[in-house]
Amino acid sequence: MTDRGNGSASSPGNQLLRVEGLSKTFYTGGPPWARRRVHALDDVSITVEKGQTLGIVGESGSGKSTLGRCILGLTKPDSGRVVFDGQDIAGLGPRALSSVRRRVQPVFQDPYGSLDPRWTVGRSVRESLDSYRIGTPADRDRRVLDLFDRVGLNPDFASRLPGSLSGGQRQRVGIAAALASEPDLIIADEPVSALDVSVQAQILNLFMDLQNDLGVASVFITHDLGVVEHVSDRIAVLYHGVVVETGDVDQVMRRPTHDYTRTLLAAIPIAAPAPTPEN
Amino acid sequence: MTAQAPLVAATAVSHRPAKRRTSTRLLISGAIVLGVLVLIAIAAPLIAPHDPESVVVDEVLGAPSLAHPFGSDALGRDVLSRVIYGLRTSLAVSISAVLASMIIAVPLGLLAGYFGRWVDTAISRVLDMILVLPAMLLAITFIAILGPGSVVAAIAIAVIYLPILARVMRTSALIVTRNDYVAGARARGSSHFRVLIGHIAPNALGPVIVQASVLAAFALQLEAGLSFLGLGTQPPTPSLGGMLSDGRDVLLQAPWVEIFPGLAIVVAVLCFTLLGEGLRRSFDPEGVAE
Repeated sequence: MTDRGNGSASSPGNQLLRVEGLSKTFYTGGPPWARRRVHALDDVSITVEKGQTLGIVGESGSGKSTLGRCILGLTKPDSGRVVFDGQDIAGLGPRALSSVRRRVQPVFQDPYGSLDPRWTVGRSVRESLDSYRIGTPADRDRRVLDLFDRVGLNPDFASRLPGSLSGGQRQRVGIAAALASEPDLIIADEPVSALDVSVQAQILNLFMDLQNDLGVASVFITHDLGVVEHVSDRIAVLYHGVVVETGDVDQVMRRPTHDYTRTLLAAIPIAAPAPTPEN
Repeated sequence: MTAQAPLVAATAVSHRPAKRRTSTRLLISGAIVLGVLVLIAIAAPLIAPHDPESVVVDEVLGAPSLAHPFGSDALGRDVLSRVIYGLRTSLAVSISAVLASMIIAVPLGLLAGYFGRWVDTAISRVLDMILVLPAMLLAITFIAILGPGSVVAAIAIAVIYLPILARVMRTSALIVTRNDYVAGARARGSSHFRVLIGHIAPNALGPVIVQASVLAAFALQLEAGLSFLGLGTQPPTPSLGGMLSDGRDVLLQAPWVEIFPGLAIVVAVLCFTLLGEGLRRSFDPEGVAE
């Protein structure tokens, strides 16, 4: 019924990320007798090939963000493996983990919480260059300006604080910061859902342009199938911590096999909805 | 319909700057008066018209005059000079106590809030142990062990406020830690140390500074209380609390011996409180609207 793991045939040599049987359980707060277990992830397996975009779709609470955080190494899974470019990140020492982290970078949902309000946005973009000691300080300055240019921001913005930028501009800064260390994989967790629709389109287009130009693979986490159809090569549908369906975009969008996917598809708003009698 | 929008916009705009101005005024007035008090305290030897400890038998309980604007006390000592020196002692004890407390509380709260888990549990439980003891009792216990004096009073006050400041810092650090830019900084290769120093501390320190300013007011009162009981600053060194104690015996004959140090305490406490309130509002512009 469901197609877990490999939706399309992928040769191991081309594989960038493989998540195998990942599980993570959280406990709700409160007194011990009232605590409940929440399965954020239950035996989740996905793969991402080099240069490819995997869309992860699911409603809020389906475990999408936990999956992203596990891949980034920010949350420790209870069981399962995250294998990046042939290395299991759980077994890595600090130095090797740091070199993997440099190649896997996040873009966050909330453009207001993802930049330190006291840091100039240039400093935020520069952060990874400094901590991974990429190039000389002068190189880093130049690279920051290049990155601003790359994401369609005036390099003069580098000296500004996030407070003076719009949501869309901040998200561009967030993308520039993610690109700074030249990653192979970007984990984008709802990168456009906090933005206006018109700005959403701009940021999505920027995202796709950058992927085409730089060949970065990405895991694009969203609740919005309409968005994911736009950017993804493949889709994994997450429902209550379980991957219920994976496959190529066309396959999942045109011939969904799981009921939940059909429900999600039905929820996509149509361009010109018919007026409903209640209104 | 079109008139609606500008109206809403106008109220929204006019509300906030007015509130902001109040908070700035509080902050500035508190800071200015406190600055003057601190200057007076620092320059005490230059400003004080008389030696605060010199006993002049002729002038016992002298009423305020040109030579002694605040009068003189039961030993004929100049009250103005004693208030100036007393202020010096009280400010020195309260400010240094709060600063010492902060130096220990900030790192503890930072670590507890950022790392959570067992680090938080270990630090928080130890702080709770201090917190359950009544402040005055704790201070008196300290003095019973170490003996009375300004330095011991400062140490006791620092220990009393340590858990309060550390808790504020912990909560603040906990909130800041949840921001995506902290996760982002880790993903961008920053070490825990760099994240703590670069991101968490600067963004979490605001509430602690506010709390410290408010606690300085309480510290001043506590020091005065201890000195009043004879447990803090020891005579003949002038202290505001000690002067209150001296003045109590001659309250009816020579009220100025009591009134002026009392006023000095009120003004100093008020300054710290104003400063704290002003800082709180300026650190928390959202809360001002409420």
